[in-house]
Parts: sequence; structure tokens; C-alpha cells
Amino acid sequence: MRYSSIIRGQSHEFDGLVELLAKASPRRSGDELAGCAAVSETERTAAQWALADVPLADFLTEDVVPSDTDEVTRLILDGHDRAAFAPVSSLTVGGFRDWLLATATRPDAAGTLAGLAPGLTPEMVAAVSKLMRNQDLIAVSRAVQMTTAFRTTIGGAGRLATRLQPNHVTDDATGVAAAVLDGLLLGCGDAVIGINPASDSPATTRRLLELLDQVRTRYDIPCQTCVLTHVTTTLQLIEQGAPVDLVFQSIAGTQAANRSFGIDLALLAEAHDAGRSLGRGTVGQHVMYFETGQGSALSAGAHLGVGGRPVDQQTLETRAYAVARAFDPLLVNTVVGFIGPEYLADAKQITRAGLEDNCCGKLLGLPMGVDVCYTNHADADADDMDDLAVLLAVAGTDFVITVPGGDDVMLGYQSLSFHDALFLRRSLGLRPAPEFERWLLRMGLLAEDGSVLEIDPRRSGLSELTA
Amino acid sequence: MNPDRPDDGALPAVSDFWSALSRTTRARIGLGRSGDALPTRRVLELRTDHAAARDAVHTVLDVPRLQADLQTDSGGGAAPVVHSAAGSRGEYLRRPDLGRRLAPDTVLPRQDADLAVVLADGLSPTALQRHGAPLLGALRRAAAGRLRLATPVIALQARVALGDRVAELLGTPAVVVLIGERPGLTTSDSLGAYLTHAPGLGTTDADRNCVSNIHPPEGLEYAVAAETVVRLALCARQLGRSGVDLKADVGLDALPGNGPSVLDAPLGRD
Repeated sequence: MRYSSIIRGQSHEFDGLVELLAKASPRRSGDELAGCAAVSETERTAAQWALADVPLADFLTEDVVPSDTDEVTRLILDGHDRAAFAPVSSLTVGGFRDWLLATATRPDAAGTLAGLAPGLTPEMVAAVSKLMRNQDLIAVSRAVQMTTAFRTTIGGAGRLATRLQPNHVTDDATGVAAAVLDGLLLGCGDAVIGINPASDSPATTRRLLELLDQVRTRYDIPCQTCVLTHVTTTLQLIEQGAPVDLVFQSIAGTQAANRSFGIDLALLAEAHDAGRSLGRGTVGQHVMYFETGQGSALSAGAHLGVGGRPVDQQTLETRAYAVARAFDPLLVNTVVGFIGPEYLADAKQITRAGLEDNCCGKLLGLPMGVDVCYTNHADADADDMDDLAVLLAVAGTDFVITVPGGDDVMLGYQSLSFHDALFLRRSLGLRPAPEFERWLLRMGLLAEDGSVLEIDPRRSGLSELTA
Repeated sequence: MNPDRPDDGALPAVSDFWSALSRTTRARIGLGRSGDALPTRRVLELRTDHAAARDAVHTVLDVPRLQADLQTDSGGGAAPVVHSAAGSRGEYLRRPDLGRRLAPDTVLPRQDADLAVVLADGLSPTALQRHGAPLLGALRRAAAGRLRLATPVIALQARVALGDRVAELLGTPAVVVLIGERPGLTTSDSLGAYLTHAPGLGTTDADRNCVSNIHPPEGLEYAVAAETVVRLALCARQLGRSGVDLKADVGLDALPGNGPSVLDAPLGRD
């Protein structure tokens, strides 16, 4: 299919959805690296005009990544719910933007959008996001309200959960415990206490799982723990009886990119079944934890679509959410500034990508969080992360990543700090997950107004955690 | 406030509790609170560390000084300089593919040697400026009588794979690239050494061996790093290839610093 538009008397042509989506994308370095970005701002808007006229139903008949060679495309098409799609089936992409923004202002927005989610494909959602301004992304994503649960409930109005990320350069038990204590005293950990291990060995993963499980049970903390290792290692550890709450895996939007991660849909299904078979959740049984990030397919050389053309990184990212939703995850987060300036060059691009990912994930029905982060070779700093964190909190993101002082000493990048979570919750009136909030109250860590008290760790009842 | 005196800036007494725990982790724990925010001292510490990392990325290599340091250490003429296809620092950061290609019309004289040595600025010119010459000196001492090193080449706006192209021009069967690693908040002057045997157009990162974290006195010592590189090069020559197989075959896993590196990842495959 060829698409075209005429801007100020000049005609612009686009060969298929792949080129149209790429050229309609807000500027980012990864698309320029892939060679699929618009060559001028005028061409970008020309593509957006053309994209606005594309019927949503066209995304069900024209592939972006070929269905005969890509199982993610087949998953998207086979799982499409025509009844759920019906309310928007006659709309164009531009009309869909208008419909979403109007819906977001209505009192029944949350129910309407939750009902619509199974009728949307990632390509439709990515397409409409490209026409949206940042405020549109925020307005629409904050209208989506849904929850998932394991030992805490993630999502829902007025809540902002946190992953407590106590990474350590040598996986030292006391050092990890010290960071866990620091985070708990600052009210963090309600989404998950999750470690990226420095060592990939199953023995280390098991030792860390047991450490976190002991801390959790000793203080009766309503939370879930996770050691973020490859899904095959987690499967092996489940078989050996290790205390696995959540099954983690990095995922991407094409079959080839997932293969570069050493996974496919069948393996994820096996892991999902194994995690659920343990029955360790108390208020829910959502057991999967997925991480994604724009640029992962390109970095694996697995970003090509129909006709061998490069697909833009935001569309591919949104396709990863279709993989996630097939396995009813507890948590999905995009690691938005981690991958480096060759994909997202600066704070403007990181901010835009964070808002897109949050909005697209939530529209597809996911419990969406963001690792608000940057590396030292990107043109961004802590002030930029403050800005993005506030925007995301307004946009109803379900959780954020938090590390001591905002400095992850193991992975070598900067994310949000525990302090940043205190700031976000107070500034925007957001509260921790309800089960975790009650525990904080029980432990004497909460003031009457719901804010986290500053107390001497030795008198907190938790200080033995590091003994 | 004096940045070098942690007691200057009066933190509350609970910091005793945290200072004991701080010996178990480099993570920034127990930072205290000013309301919900970080205390002034902590904000300035983070900003200072980030500034050092940013400066390390964007500092321009002082080429004449490095050439002089190399001559002091090893004698011979000034090391030749090559440029990648990246035209600016900004382009280098956004386009790793250009950092892997030589600028058009680059010429280097062919050399009869076993191992090409490329001194690359990478993501931390500061690291190369500080550790490049002493590491090369250690490498010469370690190689003496075992490997013939080519005259070193300085490479600007360079990624690891640029070394493959340099080796092709020099006609050497192997190359080691000494390159500034991506700066972190705690260390902004770390060098990595990447060895590639029989580099060519099909070479991928899986075909390389890496000795990372070279930045004495905190990081790996020059002599240890140099000995590791020489042993890897000798083993690779015997085996006919470098990379993942080499580590498994010759049992070098236990050597210090012979681990994965985040440098150039994740686009380093081509």
C-alpha cells in the first residue's frame, strides 16, 4: 500500500505502513541510526498527515513485520478481539486520537479503555501515539486505571509503587541487605524488591532469592521479591525448590530480537505456568515481570519488517507489549534511558520515549512502570529525570525504579532515588500499594498524613535486617 | 563545605549506623533527608561525580602530549593518528557505526609484526590520556621475546571494531585495542583492552577477548593487564581464533579483569 500527502503544494509518498510509521515518528537517534527516520521536519509532518488518514482496520490486514516469519505478529493477529475493537473499528488513526482524548474526559473512561484494550494491536497504538503531543500521552494514559496483584496490588487511582533495586557489584549479602533496609525506611519496595545480579550463576541467584525471602518473611512484608536473571535459570531454580515469587525476562517486539535474548513465546508460556504453579501470591497470581526498552531490536540487528525495511524503534517497543500481555504480567517496565544516546540522544528524546511507552503500554492493558534513567554519555542529568518523573506520575504510571541515591553502582547508570519517590508521592498526593502502606503504618514508618517518617534506623525494628 | 571531608557539613548521629554498613557496599545508602530531599552535601557529591563522568566523555584527547608520553616510554617516532568516520563528538556518540569505520582515504604503512596496538579514545579520552602510555609500556615489557608488537596507532572517535580496520591496513594477524571505557560515577578513567585474532569484516564481539577495568591504583594494574593480554594473544595464535572459545579452551576465566564489559554494547555486533 502506498500512502501520500501534499504539504504546501509538495507531494510526499510513503511506501507501506513500515515507512509511514517510521517517518511519522518524533525524532530520535535510534531511527536515524537505523536509517528509517524522516529526512526533514516537513517530511515528518507530511507522514503524520498521511498516517492520520489510515483506517485502524488497515492494521489488521497489512503487516509491519511479516506474519509468516514472525511469531509475535501471529500472536498479535490471532489474539485480536474483534468485539472489543468494534467501538473504534470505523475510525482512522487521526479519528482515534480524537476519540481517545474525548473518552479520557468522561467519568467512565477507565471502564471504556479497559474494555477496548484487547481490541487494539500494538501497531494501532504506536500509530496514534505518533500523532499525540506529550500532553495527549499524559491525558490518555492517566485515564487508564487497572490493577494487577501478587502480595501487593499494583495500579489503581492515586497509587504510585516502587521497585527497590538493591544492586551490588559483587552480590554481597550484607551490602544488598543494607540497600534493602535503606529503601524500606524510605517507603520503597511495594512493586518488587528486585536485584540485578552481578553474577549470572544459578547458585548466586538462588542465594540472593533466599536472602530476599528471609527478609520478607522475617518482617512479614507484603511485597514480592525477584532476582532478574534469564528465564531458563529461573525455571531451573523453580524446579530445585528455590523461593521464586516473580519470573523475570527481558522481551522485545520481534521473534528475532527475542531469539537474541534466548527466548521464544513457548518458553515464556512454560515459565508462566511454572511460576503460577507455585501459588505464592496472596492477593493475586500475576507472576511475570517483563522489562523492555526502545532500541533493543535494533541493537540485536532484529528490527527489519516487511520488505526488509527497518521498523522504527517505538513501534517495535509497542509490539513487545503484545508479548507481555499474553502472559498476564504483574509488572512491565520500560528502561527508557539505559540503552544510550545512539537510541535516545538527549533528555528531550528520553522524555518523549518515557511518555510514549507508558501510554502505549497502558492502552494495551498493561501494568506499566518506567525506569526513569540516563547514562553518562547521554545528554541528560538529574534535573531531566526530575521532569520526566513528575510527568509520569501525572500520567498515572504504575511504578518507578528506585536505587540508593539514584546511583546504580552495579549497572553503572543513574535512575530515581528512594528520596525521589518521597517527593513524587507528596507532591502529587500519591500513595504506596495498599497492603504495603498498611505494613509501613504497622511498623511506625508512616505519619498520620501518610508521609514516610524520618526515623533512626536503630529504633525502626528493621535494623536487625542487616545483622 | 569541603568535598573531601565527609564530616564537614554536620550530618546527624545516625550516620554512625550507616557508615558501618557503607563498608559493605558502594551504593549510596543512609544519605539522610532534608524533608523528602537529599541533603545539600549529597546533592553536590552526586553532581560532582556526574560532572567528572561528563567531562571524561567530552574531553578532547591531547594528541601531541600522548605521542610525547608514548615516545618517553618506548622511544621511536611519533605514533601515527587515524580518525574514524564520525565527524564530531556528537556524531560519534549517536552513530556507533561511524566510529567503527575509518575516515575515507586513511593510509598506514604495512608492518611485519604479530600484534597491532591501537590506542583509542573511546568513551573516555581521559582514561587513554592517563593510562595509555604506561599500559603500552607494560605491554612492551610483557611481550618482549614472545610477541612482536607493531608501532602503536592512535585512533580518534573510535569504537573497538575500528581496530579491525587498522589491523587490515597494517597487515597484522591480530590486534589489541586499548580504549577508554564508558565512565561511571565512581570511575571515569578506566581503560579496556580488546584482543581480536584474525580480524575481518565478519568479526563480531563474540570473537574478542576483553580485559577491562584497567585504572591503577583502584583498578587493574598495568603489568597484570599486559601479561593477560599477551597470554591471550599467544593462546589465540595457537588456537587460531579469539573470543568465547578461547576463554573456555585455555582456562583464562580466573584471570583478573577478564570479564564482560559494557563498552560499545549493545551495538557492537558488526
